[in-house]
Amino acid sequence: MRHPKCACTVCLTGSDSHAQTRSKWRLATCEEDIREPALCYKNMYKSTCSRLTGLVGVSVNQKLFGRNAIRNHKSARSLIQMSRRDPSQWIHHLNFLKRQYVMRSNNALYQRAKPKQTAILTVLEDHRDDGMDSQIRQVPTIDHVPMVTDVTPQPETTTTNMTATPVSSPVSTVAALAVLKPPSSKTVSPPQTKAVSNAAESGTEMLEVPHVQVESDEAREARLERQWKELKVDLAELPDVYAKLSKIKLTALVVWTAAAGFAMAPVPFDPATFFLASLGTGLASCTANSINQYFEVPFDSNMNRTKNRPLVRGQISPLHAVGFALVCGVPGITLLTLAVNPLTGALGALNIFLYTCCYTPLKRLSIINTWVGAVVGAIPPIMGWTAATGALDPGALLLGGFLYCWQFPHFNALSWNLREDYSRGGYRMMSVTHPGMCKRVALRHSLGLIGLSALGPVLDVTTWTFPLVSLPINLYISYLAFRFYQKGDRSSARKLFFCSLWHLPMLLLLALTCKKSRNDKEGVAKTSSLAPAPLPLSVQN
Amino acid sequence: MSGKTTGYFLRRSLCPCNLLGPLHMRRISANASRRCSSSEPTKQGNSVKRSQFIPAAESKHDWVGPPHRLSNLRPIIYHIPENETELEKQLRTLRQETEDWNHAFWTNQNITFNKEKDAFVLSQLKEKGLTERDEKGRKRALNSEEMAVFYKHFLDENCIRHANYNKDWYRRNFTITLLMGRVAFHSVWRTLAERRGWKKGGPTT
Repeated sequence: MRHPKCACTVCLTGSDSHAQTRSKWRLATCEEDIREPALCYKNMYKSTCSRLTGLVGVSVNQKLFGRNAIRNHKSARSLIQMSRRDPSQWIHHLNFLKRQYVMRSNNALYQRAKPKQTAILTVLEDHRDDGMDSQIRQVPTIDHVPMVTDVTPQPETTTTNMTATPVSSPVSTVAALAVLKPPSSKTVSPPQTKAVSNAAESGTEMLEVPHVQVESDEAREARLERQWKELKVDLAELPDVYAKLSKIKLTALVVWTAAAGFAMAPVPFDPATFFLASLGTGLASCTANSINQYFEVPFDSNMNRTKNRPLVRGQISPLHAVGFALVCGVPGITLLTLAVNPLTGALGALNIFLYTCCYTPLKRLSIINTWVGAVVGAIPPIMGWTAATGALDPGALLLGGFLYCWQFPHFNALSWNLREDYSRGGYRMMSVTHPGMCKRVALRHSLGLIGLSALGPVLDVTTWTFPLVSLPINLYISYLAFRFYQKGDRSSARKLFFCSLWHLPMLLLLALTCKKSRNDKEGVAKTSSLAPAPLPLSVQN
Repeated sequence: MSGKTTGYFLRRSLCPCNLLGPLHMRRISANASRRCSSSEPTKQGNSVKRSQFIPAAESKHDWVGPPHRLSNLRPIIYHIPENETELEKQLRTLRQETEDWNHAFWTNQNITFNKEKDAFVLSQLKEKGLTERDEKGRKRALNSEEMAVFYKHFLDENCIRHANYNKDWYRRNFTITLLMGRVAFHSVWRTLAERRGWKKGGPTT
């Protein structure tokens, strides 16, 4: 398919039908295509000229001009399709994002790397806002404008400028992901067009610096005025607001650990109880997260990682957030208590209390908060186990122990790179107040994971293969924790944090595959007639 | 921590809570709260320019604005309904007052933090024998390990102030939410009562 106006062979829809003739597609280079960009996303990754930045710069261009909205959507979809089909490419893309993020922080000379994978979308949006501000403020210093942008703003000045900026702009992937999230970028896109016209004006009036300064002040005022929003509940936005309020990704992880606890319990698998326990745990987690955000509004506003939360942005009122928490919490705990068993319900209620009334206030008072937080993280798998067996067995405590130990390398590494924000926000974290202890504790608990894995067969939770198969990943995270202990710099902290993100799911998965089957245990009990085998003291529900 | 940085911080006052464990924090803050609050640095809240935005007259909702440049908090313009009850007025004034108080605290906090940070960077650069800006005119920065010393010091210096702010903020937040609950309950009650009254008077009109 050829472009109607020029002869470039470009893919105009980004659909899969061009997969067979992939070799024919290449990046658009003609002027017509720059104004109406048309790229085959698949080709971007496979072609020799893998100009990712160009791709993204162009997709931002689309967004800026607001045309081809349908094409945007299709392109976004094809990007997602590609990522789903090719997980290795997605990992490559993610690594690319990580690198870009580091480059951006270094560029700004403002040490603020936030390696949290799950928060990449929102965090990158934050930086878009920051980039916007810095761009507006730097308009008088014209020579900096092409360098500082994370939104390519001068498309109509010259075409050479357009092809130049994709090469130089370091964070264009930021904008790509922002394109994929249209609802939350609503407030940002009008300021962008203003910035575009602003930069364009400044581009044509390069010599008149004072005039440009007046323009930028007025433009800034106008932009700020436009960002005022009415505080009324927008039903269309509500699901997204609730998802953010309940920290849906964290909740999903919590439910997953509870499900793993349930599955590891040495009783027949009951799907109904499993579902109810997972649902109850999820609701309890939603409650805890909502109340946490309700308490922390002014602190969240001042930290880059958290400044796009719904209560901070005023998308809902505090009363609404508390109402949501109650609507989740009361049925959740009731469900756990009545439909599963009272022990699980009590643990759920305890966890909510620990998180909202102990961990959240303690974050600003003492470093003990990290240990309390580790206990909070350890309780969900225990809940899963007790939901299945109805009793607090050593196996439950072992699984809780895994989560407890894991929290320290995870959180200490994360907090290492957020020291400035924590200090300014008044959070008392080990990484700021006791850096030596921070590194030591992370190392100690990573090594503890190896020890706990060895306890698996001892407590009859797993077979003897579990300590062996989990040894590689445990050794790896301990190695990274040791490097972090030795070097204590941003990159070792970031590596340790990213490792912890995949280490935990992998560990639990390995434990599930090495779970000791009940047949083995019953066989052992029959053969040893004198001393009964150490069966877990459980009541069959 | 090098000798130079230790010297820098010794020249400044030491926070007494440095010497005590974390569990003593609450007792200290309880005793020292009044002393601490009287020695707080000057607030700049009301003198900072606020946005001049005026919402449309026919709007019946509150309006929330972009984050303030210094405090990072979003200002809210509260809508005053025609038949505002006493309770609603109390809620509105409390919210406005809390917002101003928050804004003052955070503006002060951010300004102080940035000022002290710049002073620290400058002093460290001076001790190293470097100029503030390099050959290209860009500001020099210290690496994260050197900055960590400052971050720790800032936290320790302000621990009591932060603890007091925390207490006040929780109290205000609870009060506001309770009031909001009461206002919501009253308005629902009023609406239901009006509807009941309309139903009674409906068939005759």
